This record gives sequence, structure tokens and C-alpha cells, in this order.
Amino acid sequence: MSSVLYDAPGPRAKARNVIYSVLFLVVLALGVWWVADKLEEKNQLEWALWEPFFTDSQAWTTYLLPGLGETLKAAGLSLLIALPLGALFGIARLSDHAWVRVPAGAVVEFFRAIPVLILMLFANQFYSEYTGIDSEQRPLYAVVTGLVLYNAAVLAEIVRAGILSLPRGQSEAAKAIGLRKGQMMGTVLLPQAVTAMLPAIVSQLVVIVKDTALGGVMIGFSELLIERRTLASNYSNVFASFIVVAVIYVIVNFILTSLASWLERIVRRGKRTTGAVVGAAAVDDLSTGAAAGAPVTPDGVPGAEHGDGPADGVPDGGGGGEGDGRT
Amino acid sequence: MDIISEYDSQILDAFWVTVKLTLLSGLFSLVWGTVLAGMRVSPVPLMRGFGAVYVNVVRNIPLTVIIVFCALGLADVFGVTMGARGNFDAQYFRLAVLGLSAYTSAFVCEALRSGINTVPVGQAEAARAIGLSFTQVLRLIVLPQAFRSVVGPLTNVLIALTKNTTVAAAIGVAEASLLMKEMIENEAQLLLISAIFALGFVVLTLPTGLFLGWVGKKVAVRR
Repeated sequence: MSSVLYDAPGPRAKARNVIYSVLFLVVLALGVWWVADKLEEKNQLEWALWEPFFTDSQAWTTYLLPGLGETLKAAGLSLLIALPLGALFGIARLSDHAWVRVPAGAVVEFFRAIPVLILMLFANQFYSEYTGIDSEQRPLYAVVTGLVLYNAAVLAEIVRAGILSLPRGQSEAAKAIGLRKGQMMGTVLLPQAVTAMLPAIVSQLVVIVKDTALGGVMIGFSELLIERRTLASNYSNVFASFIVVAVIYVIVNFILTSLASWLERIVRRGKRTTGAVVGAAAVDDLSTGAAAGAPVTPDGVPGAEHGDGPADGVPDGGGGGEGDGRT
Repeated sequence: MDIISEYDSQILDAFWVTVKLTLLSGLFSLVWGTVLAGMRVSPVPLMRGFGAVYVNVVRNIPLTVIIVFCALGLADVFGVTMGARGNFDAQYFRLAVLGLSAYTSAFVCEALRSGINTVPVGQAEAARAIGLSFTQVLRLIVLPQAFRSVVGPLTNVLIALTKNTTVAAAIGVAEASLLMKEMIENEAQLLLISAIFALGFVVLTLPTGLFLGWVGKKVAVRR
């Protein structure tokens, strides 16, 4: 990898890099050694504690896979319900009428500013006090409700950014051929915006998957992290079970992240699209309330995944214009 | 309204813990995130690899898993007490700060790295041309400009961190959401109590976002 920050290394720089590498390796090795030593001392490395994951299918069929299933079910449900809600609010925020735009904006900003745990706790208590949902099912309902309320607000911002990321020529052309506002949104802008924001939606799914773990610990939803607890109390392998569960989360989310960046590449290059895209990197910025005062930057920060060219994007908001030249 | 007068000092205390968690974790993750960003752009392949692996692993693990691991794994298995042996309140508070910082620094690192990418190529080239070393280029030329352009994204990280402090409730740190859980289970005024806590977080996050958003525009490098 070359970088503008340093020259291609000559003999002296190469020697220096080797020295730094060795020093860093020593520090890393010391860290690993300390961890291993502690683990050995506490008998956490014994094969008996790790064995259940490799030889005993019960650890998977009774605990981990059902837990993962619940996690994915809650995440999938939340996304499915939050998408139409988010689209509705995102479009409402772009309305020409202030009486639609302002309340929609207030609702979106409110739910983005509140921690998702607060929403889950509220939903859980609300269902137990005011509805007859039986207590077996209540945690799932509460988790999904909390996640929907929060993520609909985030998706509303993604939808808005997706529509704003389209080149202005699209809406101008739609107006020129005499489409009404509803037709323009429904037949021209929204279909293209959906393509543009697919990567962002998939990366938001990573956030949702991660947030389900909160519902496990705090309101007893039987997802992966909670199943780990039951598993660990059966096999008394706290450390091993944490490592396995963490690896499962990393794999699931890594697949989703790769899917998002693959989609982003496809959309960016696509001959049939305008090349406008709401990148995965934009999600981090859209998911908090801070964008309230700042203009939305549809292209987000120059992508973390493809930051090969320095200055491959302008920091403050030229994003929407980028597609113009290609229409 | 008696509920407010009954609990007022407790509510303020809980939000104070939230604020402390946010500020301490914010500070530590800024430092560690900057070091990670430095590693990720450094000429030493091993450091680049470490930075990349750290960021990609930590970002994909739920914060809840990290925080619960800090309590069950670090404290119980490794015996890490963060210098507060026997004092469980302080110990879990510090472990929560550790978990939040470890998690948030991955996001700080990515924000900074995208900031480094916005610094024009010519800046680093000119710096190298006058003979500055890598650390000098980074410290004197690139990072100061990068920081100015990422105030906005870093503000978003800070706000996300403020909301993420609620996860510390999972290991019993007495911050706002844990008090809310207790209150809605013991008192019959769900809507009022929820509104109070929701408002508390809006008050914490909205002004921060507006103020730092304004600061970000002020300090951004005009190009």
C-alpha cells in the first residue's frame, strides 16, 4: 500500500520499519502472553470448556442457534416494519407544506435523540400495563417496538438523504413532462432513491442486530447473548462462551457489511443508475441527532471502505452534485 | 407531579452518572481512537493490520456484549478491578468506561481516517518535500487539518456515545436508564416517567449537537 503520507521506503526506512514492526510485535506478544497466562491460571483454557462447541451439537442446537434465530428474527421484523414508516416520514420531511414537514421533522429528531434502551423499557412496561400480550411474547414485542421507533427515525433520514442524493435533473425532467408532485415522487424519485440507499439500509441492519443484544440483558428477550448465559451456567465456560458468541456476531455483521459495500460498488458503477448513492459510512452520521443543524451530506464522509484516493469527496455537502455530470 | 419531587435528587444523580460516563469515555476514546487512526495510516504494515483488525472486530460486536464481558469476563475471570477492589460501584463504573471507550474509539478512528482523506494531497506532499518525517507530517500538517474537518462526524460519535451509556445499565451502573427501569416498575405513571427521561436525553444531546455543529462550521478549513 502506498500513501501520500510517506514515500516508498528506501533502505533506511525499510530497516526502521522492521525495527518498529519487531517492537510492536513484542508489545503485542506481551499482551497475548499476559492474557494467556491469566487464562491458564484460572483454568479457562482447558479443553473441557471449549469442547462443547466442537464435539457436542447440543450447545448449538439448544442454545446458540435458537438464540441467533431470535436475534435475526427481531432484527428482520424491526427492519421490515421500520422501512415503510421511515419512508413515510422521510418523504413527509421533504413536503412543500410546512404543516406536514415540521411535525414530521420534530418526531424524527425526537426519536433519534433518545437511546433505544429507553424506548424498549417503555414499550415493555406499556405492553404489560395496557395490553394482554402474554408475558412469553412480550419481550419480543417490546424489543421490536423499541427498535422500530428508533430505526424508523434513522431510516427516515436515510430516505431523505437518498432522495436528495439524486441529481436535480431528475425532478426537473419529471416536472417538465408535467408530472404532479405525487407522481414525481412515486415514479421517478423514490424508485431511484431506493437503489441509492440500499447500502445504507443494509448497514443499518448491522446496527439493529447489535441493538437486539440490549433487549436480552435488560428485558429478558431470549436472543443470542442471553442464551450464552444459560449455556455458560450449564457448561461453566464463561470465557469460552463469550468468545464464541462474539465470533458469531462478528461473522454475521461482517457478512452484512460486505453485502453493503458490494451493493455500494454496484450502485456507484451501475450504468442504469445516476450513480447517486447513500454510502454505508453515512449511516453513522445519520443515526444521531447531530445532523439537525447541518446540511445532509448524501455521499457521507468519503467512504471508509474505499478511502484509496485522498480527497475523493468534499467534506461539506457537494454530494448531490456528483451525479450531475453523468446523466 | 409528586413523583418528580419524590425522586428529583435521584433523577439528577442518575443523569450526572450518565454525563460522567459520556465525558470520561469520550476523552479516552478520543485519545485511543487517534492512536488507532495513526496506526491505520502508518508505514509499518503490522500496525496497519492491527488497527484494521481492531476496528473491524470491535465495530461488529454489540456494545452490550463488550460491556457485559467487561463485568463477567474481565472482572470475574481476569480479576481486573480497575483499582477499586471491593468497591463494586466504582469498579463497575470504571469497567463500563473501559468498555465504552474500547467500543467508541473504533468509530473515532474511522471518523478521523476519513478526515485524513479530506486533506488535499498537496499538503502531505509539500510536507514531505521539506523533509518532514511521517510522524511530523501527521502531527504538524495532516492531523490538525483532519481534526478541523471531522468536528461534525466526531460530534455524531459523541452523541451516539451519550445514548450508548445507557448500555452500562446492563452491568448495574446506576445511570439514567437503570433508574427509569426501577421507577416504571414501581410507580404507576409510565407516561410521565418515560417523558422525563426522554426529555433528559433530548436536553443532553440536542444542544451538544447544535453547539458542536456550529463549532464545526466555524473551524472547518475553507477550500
